[in-house]
Amino acid sequence: MFFLNQIWLIPLLPAFGAAIMFFFGRKLQKSAVNAICVGAVVVAFLWAVGCVWQYTQWADANNHQPFQKIIYTWLGSDTGHLVYRTHTGTAEFKADAGFLLDPLSSIWLLFVTGVGMLIHIYSTGYMAHEGGYYRFFGYLNLFMFSMLTLILGNNYVMMFVGWEGVGLCSYLLIGFYFLRHSASTAANKAFIVNRIGDAGFLLGMMTISWYFGSFRYTDVIEMARSGHFAIGDPVITAATLLLFVGACGKSAQVPLYVWLPDAMEGPTPVSALIHAATMVTAGVYMVARSNALFILAPTSMKTVAIVGAITAIFAASIGLVQNDIKRVLAYSTVSQLGYMFLALGVGAFAAGVFHVFTHAFFKALLFLGAGSVIHAMSGEQDMRNMGDLHARIPKTHWTMFIATLAIAGIPPFAGFFSKDEILWQSWLSQGFAYHLLWIIGYGTALMTAFYMFRLMYLTFHGRPRMSHEVEHHIHESPSSMTVPLIILAFCSITAGWLGLPHSLGGSNRFEKFLEPVFSTEAKVMRAEEPGQVAAGKKEEEHTNPTEYTLMFLSVAAALAGWGMAWRAYRHADKGYTEPIAAAAPPVYATLLNKYYVDEAYDYAFTGRRKVGDVRLGALGAGEASSWFDSHVIDGTVNGAGWTTRAVATLSTWWDKWIIDGLLVNGPAILARIMSYPTRLLQWGLVQWYALVMVAGLIGFVAYYAYK
Amino acid sequence: MVPITTLHYLVVAAALFVLGVIGVLTRRNVVVVLMSIELILNAVNLNLVAFSRIHGLQGQVFSIFVITDAAAEAAVGLGILIAFFRNKETVNVDEVDLLKW
Repeated sequence: MFFLNQIWLIPLLPAFGAAIMFFFGRKLQKSAVNAICVGAVVVAFLWAVGCVWQYTQWADANNHQPFQKIIYTWLGSDTGHLVYRTHTGTAEFKADAGFLLDPLSSIWLLFVTGVGMLIHIYSTGYMAHEGGYYRFFGYLNLFMFSMLTLILGNNYVMMFVGWEGVGLCSYLLIGFYFLRHSASTAANKAFIVNRIGDAGFLLGMMTISWYFGSFRYTDVIEMARSGHFAIGDPVITAATLLLFVGACGKSAQVPLYVWLPDAMEGPTPVSALIHAATMVTAGVYMVARSNALFILAPTSMKTVAIVGAITAIFAASIGLVQNDIKRVLAYSTVSQLGYMFLALGVGAFAAGVFHVFTHAFFKALLFLGAGSVIHAMSGEQDMRNMGDLHARIPKTHWTMFIATLAIAGIPPFAGFFSKDEILWQSWLSQGFAYHLLWIIGYGTALMTAFYMFRLMYLTFHGRPRMSHEVEHHIHESPSSMTVPLIILAFCSITAGWLGLPHSLGGSNRFEKFLEPVFSTEAKVMRAEEPGQVAAGKKEEEHTNPTEYTLMFLSVAAALAGWGMAWRAYRHADKGYTEPIAAAAPPVYATLLNKYYVDEAYDYAFTGRRKVGDVRLGALGAGEASSWFDSHVIDGTVNGAGWTTRAVATLSTWWDKWIIDGLLVNGPAILARIMSYPTRLLQWGLVQWYALVMVAGLIGFVAYYAYK
Repeated sequence: MVPITTLHYLVVAAALFVLGVIGVLTRRNVVVVLMSIELILNAVNLNLVAFSRIHGLQGQVFSIFVITDAAAEAAVGLGILIAFFRNKETVNVDEVDLLKW
């Protein structure tokens, strides 16, 4: 178990790469940067393959338990001192630095390191002429470290560390061209919106630790599956909803998706890695990992499904009319993530994970291909200025074509199997609401096909609409860029075959592989609706015809979307018209302006735009507190000063007129006034004084003589 | 003939006393005022001597004291008068009113 026991090396190697870039990157040659950073990820990938290989052997011998390796206790203690109250008693606060490998994290591990490796190689070509080469790879490696920590952690705290780390790297990489105002604003937006989700995640995590007394997945899942908690338990519902808020932020669901389209300001490999294949799937991973908890909270599951479906169709509708090639792909990512959450919400966890897996390949391929197009077009990203590139950059064209077929859901490419599985599972769930979700998913599939083929035709076909200098410089990308494209195209074709459903004669290896993680849940959930148990068993038998019908309908939708795009954009020349704009201009304007959601947020939440004269939102709160400070607080201070001075004036008056005037000078004046008559007695004549004396004497004598 | 009793002495002393007081109160010349003060003191002496016949020799002893005292006082009084005369060129009591308001 050599690889498994050193599983901690997998996140550590990119961390070293990032550290070396941090300390010495400035002085290194490009070749050294490549060797260290790309090499780290390649070795991590190979190690990951080794780990998964050894895990499969280990699991067979160990009853399919997850493999845990705990390095040390990171937070908290083992000694019994950090005890906190849980709802049933007390528990020890402990979060280990530990790693867990089970089928779920194996899948994530393989595609994160695999696609990450390909993107690192691609970036050596793409970023070759950009400044800050070492910085880029340092951030990319830091991202790989964070993402791998997220996936491989054995408890929610490790996941949160990775969660925050990928958010940070997203910020750093989106704002890579930090001298551009739009890029730094977009980076801020990503981080701040993510942070709102993080608040939810943190609260959910703490609720779980309070309710279950532990952070570790194994403890929580064991307790959840033990039957001790009732279905619909309010605390678990609250915790899972809070966790889902975190997932909405990280995985760009409505209403926290607004950062993802703006995140296209970053270099294209960043968009491919972070905002297509890996970071945005962290939310899906989190929900899948907590499936035992979500099963206990049907309300949360319904919320997840509804939010996923709404996001899918909402984002797809916006993607129909966007003109920037990367924006179309960004909205496509948001939409596909909606599909994944729809799958998780209806209980089809394996289908959701399968879609994550296939989506990673074809979406990364689409983004890298777009990067190749942009590279060929000397930086042009607007599809209105492209056209007729298919013969000039054939490798890019054919690989992107394969990816487009995959995402549109055309068999036998990867997207078909995963998307179809999701739609099928959604249809299977009892209740009209789930059929409504199927309809939403179906509409989204139609739109997906349309906008993806629109992208293909506008970019690669039609008449050339670019300027002449750009046209002269069009060239195929170097092999460092095209080889990853080809590898990803191969995966986009074949990855779907891993999940070939029974109805088409396959054995659905993918779902079988994930059984230890999800199967108990499926049974528990299906057991809730008793009719479902029977339906679940029979699904492989009598509902097959419906499955074929639905499959046929999905393929029909994909082909219909392709056909509509072919008709509208095949011969797109300068000044081509958008069919939606021609048919319904107000609809077109609304979609082009993204339903004005960003503007609404500016009015309500950030306060970057005023409502009349008032500013709401965060900036409004800032303005309000500034007003409060300058008017109320300073007013109080000034008032206190004024009061002091008024009192001082009063005091002065009192002192001057009453104390000094009345009490001090008064007796003096009185004495003076009394002196006027009194001094009249002083004649200065001695004989008069003598006379008075004698008179007095006679008076005394007479008094005593005649007493 | 009427025998001379203590009463006769007292009447004479009283008469002298009154004359002296009137003199102090009414005379204009400072020297005469001083002489009148001497008269008062001598009247008191007479009184003392008259009573010493009856009550013992203390009266006469005390009158020696009074005479001494009168002499000193007259000396001091005349000294004041001379000092004042040097300033004001007058010996009229009316004009000794520097302490008048």
